[in-house]
Amino acid sequence: MIQLTHDPIDTQALTESVRSPQAGAVVLFLGTVREFTAGRQTVALDYEAYSAMAVRKMEELVEQARTQWPIEKAAIVHRLGRMELGDVSVAVAVSTPHRHQAFDAGRFLIDQLKIVVPIWKKENWADGTTEWVHPGSPGIAIPGVLLSGEQP
Amino acid sequence: MKFFARARDLTGCDTVTWTVPPATCVEPLRRRLATEFPAIAVIASHLFVAINGDYASDETIVRDGDEVAFFPPVSGG
Repeated sequence: MIQLTHDPIDTQALTESVRSPQAGAVVLFLGTVREFTAGRQTVALDYEAYSAMAVRKMEELVEQARTQWPIEKAAIVHRLGRMELGDVSVAVAVSTPHRHQAFDAGRFLIDQLKIVVPIWKKENWADGTTEWVHPGSPGIAIPGVLLSGEQP
Repeated sequence: MKFFARARDLTGCDTVTWTVPPATCVEPLRRRLATEFPAIAVIASHLFVAINGDYASDETIVRDGDEVAFFPPVSGG
């Protein structure tokens, strides 16, 4: 299942959707809204997408992953709109025969999603200002701020 | 043409329609973008471009009816 939604992500249903008698491992990754980024306090994030392209790119990522790992089932759901601290913004679930395949495939999917899928987040800082997160783009107060301390 | 995220904020619109000569590629569109929307000039050269939902380059030829999207580096997840 590949989906964009404005509703809270049902992570239990997503996990169940990739379970399979042929799989010995299920990995679920959740991306959640973090309060502090490089010392600045966030109160909420707003996400938007180029929806048609985003869905296609996510489908392509799953196809690419299938060429590298023996994936039984894979699912990616990204939520759009306003999210508060701790909310789940993205969920990736994958099942494979063995655990290392599921970890590796799941990591590939979320890492590539953050590079190629046209979705953007806007920080709503605690001081009342807002700021699009566009890593490496000029004119941003703190370039690539969300990438500090984490892999792209 | 479509704009997203900060590119949309800087142009002040999410969609514009341009008529261009046949066999025009992306590069002159990018230059015209900075001229018509001066606020976006600072990031114009850093914008990604997609044509009909696939990543394209400045050399890609634009065809009649194509949907050209300009957007800043992505930050989903």
